[in-house]
Amino acid sequence: MSDVLLAASAVTRRFGGLTAVNGVSLELQRGQVHAVIGTNGAGKSTLINILSGELAASSGQVTLAGRDITAWPQPERARAGLGRSYQRSTIFPELSVFENCRLAAQASRQRFWHWWRDAANCRRSADLAAEALDRTGLAADARQPAGLLAHGRKRQLEIAMCLAGEPQVLLLDEPLAGMGPEETDRILDLLQTLKAGHAILLVEHDMDAVFRIAEIITVMVNGSAIASGAPPQIRANPEVRTAYLGEDGQGAH
Amino acid sequence: MRTPLLNRLLPFAALLALAAFSFSGSDYYTGLVVKIMIYAIFALSLQLLVGGAGLVSLGHAAFFGIGAYVAALLSPESEAAGLWWLLPAALLAAAAYALVTGALALRTRGVYFIMVTLAFSQMAYYVFHDTKIGGGSDGIYLYFRPELSLGGWMPFDLSNGTTFYFFVLACLALAWGFLALLRRSPFGAALAGIRINEQRMRAAGYSTYPYKLAAYVIGATLAGLAGFLFALKDGFVTPELLAWEQSGLVLLMVILGGMGSLGGAVLGTVTMVLLQELFQSQELFGDYARHWHLPLGLAIIALVALLPNGLAGLPAQWRERRHARTADASRKAARDVITPARAQGTAPASRLPIQGERHV
Repeated sequence: MSDVLLAASAVTRRFGGLTAVNGVSLELQRGQVHAVIGTNGAGKSTLINILSGELAASSGQVTLAGRDITAWPQPERARAGLGRSYQRSTIFPELSVFENCRLAAQASRQRFWHWWRDAANCRRSADLAAEALDRTGLAADARQPAGLLAHGRKRQLEIAMCLAGEPQVLLLDEPLAGMGPEETDRILDLLQTLKAGHAILLVEHDMDAVFRIAEIITVMVNGSAIASGAPPQIRANPEVRTAYLGEDGQGAH
Repeated sequence: MRTPLLNRLLPFAALLALAAFSFSGSDYYTGLVVKIMIYAIFALSLQLLVGGAGLVSLGHAAFFGIGAYVAALLSPESEAAGLWWLLPAALLAAAAYALVTGALALRTRGVYFIMVTLAFSQMAYYVFHDTKIGGGSDGIYLYFRPELSLGGWMPFDLSNGTTFYFFVLACLALAWGFLALLRRSPFGAALAGIRINEQRMRAAGYSTYPYKLAAYVIGATLAGLAGFLFALKDGFVTPELLAWEQSGLVLLMVILGGMGSLGGAVLGTVTMVLLQELFQSQELFGDYARHWHLPLGLAIIALVALLPNGLAGLPAQWRERRHARTADASRKAARDVITPARAQGTAPASRLPIQGERHV
């Protein structure tokens, strides 16, 4: 298991009396999409927030490529290769689509003191942004203000911004929410191509998509991971059927 | 997004016009313009925080006042101080106070940030108001403007009115140019990102705190420059320079002018100072000029209500209205053939939340 990029072991987060995430362990490997499914309120987004560093874990450990990053603040984790998208589109609405990505790309080489330099002429960040827009199919909208994009396009932009930062690990929080079938296909194709170089955590409600693309599925209920395994195993798991997929087990189709 | 050529030339035109004005010959008017230029530097320094980083500070006068007090306190009574050390001393003092107070204030956000900056500036105000350091509430005098001498040779003499005028103008040009450079740099781009969506910036890998602190210190240093020049202009300094009214005034200049551009801060300063002069004028208003605060307040309310994006946003506001009207007309003309979806496509772009949604 040399290619484990991100690992969480027994991660727990409490909010007062509520335990939002309870002793969850998982591993993200390069070349795999690891899907986390569960009902609303199961703790999936909290888990992503803990992994990305937006929330501190109450206990447990997070490692990135073998290094313990539990105490690292979010920006440091991001620079080390952890990219994330948000459930609610979190973009820069008044900047152009291109600048949204360029700014994300600039993060890896920030040039804090280069006050005389024109940010728009920064070749590296511009190239990364253009490439990210190409891959997500947003190149035609590059000059538009991001706030004017349709909802589905904003979701794509969110992924593009993620990619522009050249992450190794992608934490995607419901990237397909509100997308039409064509856009969904496009993103799934993109994830398929991204697999090779990235470890991907996918939180998603669209079961068709999850079962199409994921190598491993973890099911969360009330903050705990009740099952983890390959899609056929999960589909056959009786506990998962009762808890999530429904008694008939056909909800996935 | 490239700014149109005209917009890029406007600052130069404004500076040239200011230079030409020095030859008007009237002491009253050149004095007024010097005041406008000094406040323009002050407003520009706040624009970096408000329009640049989305940090609304209500304590910016502290740095203005500190710059002014350092100039007056460190100047000897019987001779001129050296400009080469007095100016850096004033700027450093303002920057140091900003570094300490900013490090604490920037741990808060939004309305709490406003309150904490206000508290720190009032602290500085009372230090000068209630202690004997700077002559208490009466303030102190600065008898000689500092001079720059390089081994006996004086390139310019600030005690000369015209020279001082051009010195202030040069400071304004340099401050404006520096902030314009900063705005388009990677640093400025990151500040804009922080203003719009700090959460996303952190997720992208920016430690936002050092950015905000650096902006806060730079803004304070430039405010210190404005205060320094103000002390030189009048030759005396009072605690009122640090009072919260002063912070409010400069914030109003920025809001009135528009937070979208540096020029907005300058435009807001010109408008504000001229409105003050107008309503204080005894020739125009006679005895009512004593109550100048009332018409000034009403004028500000009217301007802010009518210009959501400030004076600098006015052309865009007009353009949008014209667009809306033509789109309206074309829709009316083609009402029968256009389907609702199509009509939506031709509608003008909705206004972007340039001033809202600042803090997450």
